[in-house]
Amino acid sequence: MENLDQFRKETKEWLEENCPPEMRKPMGPGDVVWGGRNCKFPHPDAKLWLERMGEKGWTCPTWPKEYGGGGLSFDENKILQEELMAIRARPALSSFGIWMLGPALLEFASEEQKKKYIPEIVKGEIRWCQGYSEPGSGSDLASLKTKAEDNGDHFIVNGQKVWTSYADDCDMIFTLVRTGPQEPKHDGISFLLIDMDQPGVTTKPIKLISGKSPFCETFFDNAIVPKENLVNELNKGWDVAKRLLQHERNMIAGMGLGGAGSAKKKKDQTISSGMATMAKTYVGEEEGKLANPGLRQKIASFDINSHAFSLTMRRASEESKSSNSGPSPASSMFKYYGSESNKLRYELMLEAMGTKALGWEGEGFGPAELAITREWLRTKANSIEGGTSEVQLNIIAKRVLDLPQ
Amino acid sequence: MSLVLNEEQVFLKDSAKKFASEKTPTTHFREVRDSEIDNCYDDKIWQEMVSLGWTGILVPEEFGGSNFGVAGISSILEELGRTLTPSPLFSTAVVGVSLIKHASDDVKKDILTRVVQDGLRLCFAIEESNHHDPVKISCEAKKDGSNFIISGEKSFVIDGGFADKVIVACRTSGEEGSKNGLSLFVLDSSSEGLSVTPTKMVDSRNAANMKFENVKVSSDMLIGKEDDAYEIIESVLDISRAAISAEMLGSALQAYEITLDYLKEREQFGSKIGSFQALQHRAAIMFSELELCKSCVIESITSFDEGGNDSERLASLSKAKVGEVFHLISNESVQMHGGIGVTDEYDIGLYLKRARVAEQIFGDSNFHKNRYAELTGY
Repeated sequence: MENLDQFRKETKEWLEENCPPEMRKPMGPGDVVWGGRNCKFPHPDAKLWLERMGEKGWTCPTWPKEYGGGGLSFDENKILQEELMAIRARPALSSFGIWMLGPALLEFASEEQKKKYIPEIVKGEIRWCQGYSEPGSGSDLASLKTKAEDNGDHFIVNGQKVWTSYADDCDMIFTLVRTGPQEPKHDGISFLLIDMDQPGVTTKPIKLISGKSPFCETFFDNAIVPKENLVNELNKGWDVAKRLLQHERNMIAGMGLGGAGSAKKKKDQTISSGMATMAKTYVGEEEGKLANPGLRQKIASFDINSHAFSLTMRRASEESKSSNSGPSPASSMFKYYGSESNKLRYELMLEAMGTKALGWEGEGFGPAELAITREWLRTKANSIEGGTSEVQLNIIAKRVLDLPQ
Repeated sequence: MSLVLNEEQVFLKDSAKKFASEKTPTTHFREVRDSEIDNCYDDKIWQEMVSLGWTGILVPEEFGGSNFGVAGISSILEELGRTLTPSPLFSTAVVGVSLIKHASDDVKKDILTRVVQDGLRLCFAIEESNHHDPVKISCEAKKDGSNFIISGEKSFVIDGGFADKVIVACRTSGEEGSKNGLSLFVLDSSSEGLSVTPTKMVDSRNAANMKFENVKVSSDMLIGKEDDAYEIIESVLDISRAAISAEMLGSALQAYEITLDYLKEREQFGSKIGSFQALQHRAAIMFSELELCKSCVIESITSFDEGGNDSERLASLSKAKVGEVFHLISNESVQMHGGIGVTDEYDIGLYLKRARVAEQIFGDSNFHKNRYAELTGY
């Protein structure tokens, strides 16, 4: 306990000294720092903040120190996050390297691979994207066809990936490829790290119903990949893939957070519901109650579920602290519940805002209103990406409940 | 608040689990039900609970209790809920004891000591209509010298048919529906002018209707201050709501596990029915909902012992969520069992009946959703 108090004191001091004032202001949508060779910083302080946090390993606080991580324990990390929150510090770095690839590499990669790739992720030097889905392989991911052929000291890769997030801005792509065409489908897949800066790799953005293009198609046309970029053994890529998906699902599940109960009530603090407060401005109130009783009931149900969900996320984290296990098939439960909950959140906002939530652009709507409209459309993908809700329920049924095949 | 139980609580839970599996499996519930014992539980079992110290878990040490807290007694109730163990433990050790803790020192000493040692049975007469409403009270108590005279009617008094003491919520001033003007009294169930009509509920437990006709009670038997009982009532109700949510969680988990086993064993169309996606997805959804319930219950039962300041809202969170999920699971379980699900021979129907009665105790999901919204400022 004494050590933790000391750690908190030092952390506070370090943050006070090193977190630039500009990085303590609320973030706009364009302010996320994704890192990478061509990283765009919204402000010079963002660059400074990333360098300092990266140097300390605190962009990935619990990763081992020997690969550049922060080497913090569960409790130390909790303190760090609390102190970051206390000064409203922006995340120094957001990346699929941190959320998805890094944890899988730490578990499956060779020593050389870890030494090369983990520090780059920690410092945000390389921006990664994910090459999993293909036009013909969505929910049935293991049927993928992009092939990698042995050509001496390297593989030659041909095929097409789809739903590669931000591929047009990324440096590297972690990819599932078929290396054993004769093997049963799960046993012929390998996990390859591919540099996108080569003529054999091209990307094309996909325009979504929200009008935005966060995803791309990625084409491999005789792309060259050195053999040392194979993670885990040949044809053993599915093990890495499954594990990585669990990390991805945890990440998406986090979107379900943020209802009335997510914040822990502090002394004398009154709790309010973000959703209800917002709804009141659009439908009004009568004697302190939201004026529309039907909507009020729906929001209460939503808030209760969201509160219960955030408690469950916290409980899982406390329980895994004692057993020291990473994500498990139960991640599917969080992914299922979190993504469904996030969709419902936006449906309720639409219901509360009425026609004000249905503008597309231009006059007559505030910027926040227009953003909600676009985000509502974006949330429809939450229960599709990272495995559909139906796939998550299949996984729970088979791997958690042990129901017969 | 804690989201994992401490050692002491785990110990209590484990011993209750052992007790329930050895002494009160559902066959015990059936024996009691079919034996037509009027009070709807087995006195011998009740005395064993008393000797294990369960009636003293919320009682301070000075009166012979262990003061193991709301999380302690709730963990026991959760395990007893799994086998639908019939007993007046909830009405006595949770609701009754929590109310008596606000009485005068003499009353506390007298009643709490007997609850711990002899299993004196308590009940709480509050409801007056078909739906829970802690302020819709018109049963009146009029001051008469050093006494009060109580007149009015009460319904759905849990375990009220055979309790030794009745704690009754009365109106001493104000209009029906007002928070002001409520008072609590404790009196013998054999008091003159008090008629108790046991009502056997669909889940084979007893509740009671009570009629007070000029029942005289000494002002020494007042719990808390005259006209000012609302806060005591709400705080005791919240403890009780959290504890009954734990019991309901135990019942829901058991009904779910019984059903899951059945899905793995029953064959139709040449396959186990658990291999059908139409059933798998529903089972997976129930699993997820139960995980959420577990978190609500543990957060809420530990908040009282750890001095949390959001206990009211957490009690409503638990009762609303667990009520809704137990409702869902009790229906789905019967459906997934098919024809045998509606036979008396199979246990699953017992959980359906229990669910509906437990849902009504101290507020159903609608009541608590509304309360949650009010406490959250809308």
